[in-house]
Order: sequence, then C-alpha cells, then structure tokens
Amino acid sequence: MADVATRTTPLRGTHGGSASVRLTPAAPAERLSLRAASGDVAALSRALGLELPERPKTSASAGGRTALWLGPDEWLVIDEGEGGLMAACAASGALHSAVDVSHRNTAILVEGQGAAATINAGCPLDLSLKAFPVGACTRTIFGKVEIVVLRTGEEAFRVEVWRSFSEYAFGLLAEGATDAAL
Amino acid sequence: MLLIHCPYCEHDRSELEFRWAGEAHIARPETIAEISDEAFAEYFFLRDNDKGVTYERWRHIHGCGRFFNAARDTVSDRFLMTYKAGLPKQPVADVAATEQTIETYEQTEGDAR
Ligand SMILES: [Zn+2]
Repeated sequence: MADVATRTTPLRGTHGGSASVRLTPAAPAERLSLRAASGDVAALSRALGLELPERPKTSASAGGRTALWLGPDEWLVIDEGEGGLMAACAASGALHSAVDVSHRNTAILVEGQGAAATINAGCPLDLSLKAFPVGACTRTIFGKVEIVVLRTGEEAFRVEVWRSFSEYAFGLLAEGATDAAL
Repeated sequence: MLLIHCPYCEHDRSELEFRWAGEAHIARPETIAEISDEAFAEYFFLRDNDKGVTYERWRHIHGCGRFFNAARDTVSDRFLMTYKAGLPKQPVADVAATEQTIETYEQTEGDAR
C-alpha cells in the first residue's frame, strides 16, 4: 500500500472546449474568504503583500496572489504559489474574519477567442472588454450555480465554482464552448 | 429580463442575481417585550401590500451579498430607484409623476431600469 496520499481534484480527467475555446481545470490553489471593515484593509493589504481592492468589480494581483472584490467588506483571495494566506492574515494585527475555502472551490480556465461567449451561454453579465476589462471580477450566476468570474486576459477567464457544482459548471461551459465555435 | 441597479456594485445587474426580502423601513419596536399582542402582530406579520409604489428590501445575493432598499411599482414591475440600506426612505414623487402606469408588465419589460 502506498504510504502517500494522492490528491484528486473534482474535475480530474475532464477536458473540453471547441475550435475557439479551451476549457482546463485549474491547478489546486489556496483560497481565503476574507471579511474586514475598511479601517482594517490597509494592515491586511500589507500582511498579504497586495492592495486589497476597494472598488466594485476590481481585483489586485502580486506575487502569485490575487484578491478579488466580492462585496464592500468581502474578498476572495487566491494563492497559486507558496500559500500561507491564513498565517499572513493572522499576523496582520487587524480585526478580520478569514475562512480557508481552498477545498470548497475549484476553478475552470476558459481561454480563447470565444471565451466570453462561452460564459455568456449561462450568464447574462456584459463581458465586453469595455464593461469587464482585464482584472475585472464579480460573483454572479452561471446557469443554476453561483460562480466568481475573473478576467485574466483579453480572451481568458478564471471561473471559480463550488466543487460539488463543478461538474455542472464544466458541462454547461462545454456546451457554451461548442455554441461559441458555431 | 429586468436589470436592477445595485447601489453597492454601482452597476445594473440581471434580476437573476437578486432576491426579494420583504417590505422595507419596518423598525423593530424598542420595547418589544412590553408591547401588546396586537402591536406585535402589526409589526411582525402585517404588511401593507400596496398596489403601486412600494418600498422593499432586496438582496444582491449572487453578487455583493448586500441588502439594499428599492422603490418599485408593483403594477408596472418597474424599479424606480435603489439605495443603500440604512438610508432614510427616499422620495419617489418626481419619478412616479413622470411614469405612465401601464397595466401589464410585458409592456414595460424591455425598458425596465
Ligand atoms: Zn451588489
């Protein structure tokens, strides 16, 4: 028997897309649901090494970490590098609530010319570059499930979804990708 | 599909992201243990259910998660304005006066704000 636990991800082995869109399950990442009042944002920003965004629909990235504005006092912080988000917040000295949701979410990368059209298959949000530029993010609805969408490039999005919804989200994105290529 | 302006996101968003949360501006009595059953029922159960302009709480549950207040015409299904929770009741007289009341919501669906 192997003495090492093997990590399996909710979307292991899935792949999808079409001529104009690539769908890829993202690598595991550390994630934090962070809540704090405006007076504590500066100290938390210093501790995390990035500027927590305070404007709607904006995100900030630095050192492999991305903080997404979800609400007036709520952020989703994603670390694709070394991790250590909880420890950083704990050391900030600021009053906050941080919940590790690394395993609650998984992410799907939607890339290619038809990426926006693919997401729009189940989401009425205006994803034009003017209304939703690179770095824009929001929590919204995709078909029947809630997602957080982040534009990582002109033709690239990261779709964060709860892991138990991820098969549904991937399936609907695959449908959308097919339609986007027509 | 209706677009609803979220005062926290500062953006018009699809109705699918929102949830209705009952009548707005209902203050909890400060002496709730001492009021009569009738007064409690009035506060707790009874709602005006007006036809026309009503003030409601809405929640941007699949967006920023915030509760806010909205003035909505229950006849036309038109949102007259939205404003942040905690603000006093905002007058809509000027808005309402310029709107012609239309009896079926299908007629207003396309240009709802
Ligand atoms: Zn909102």
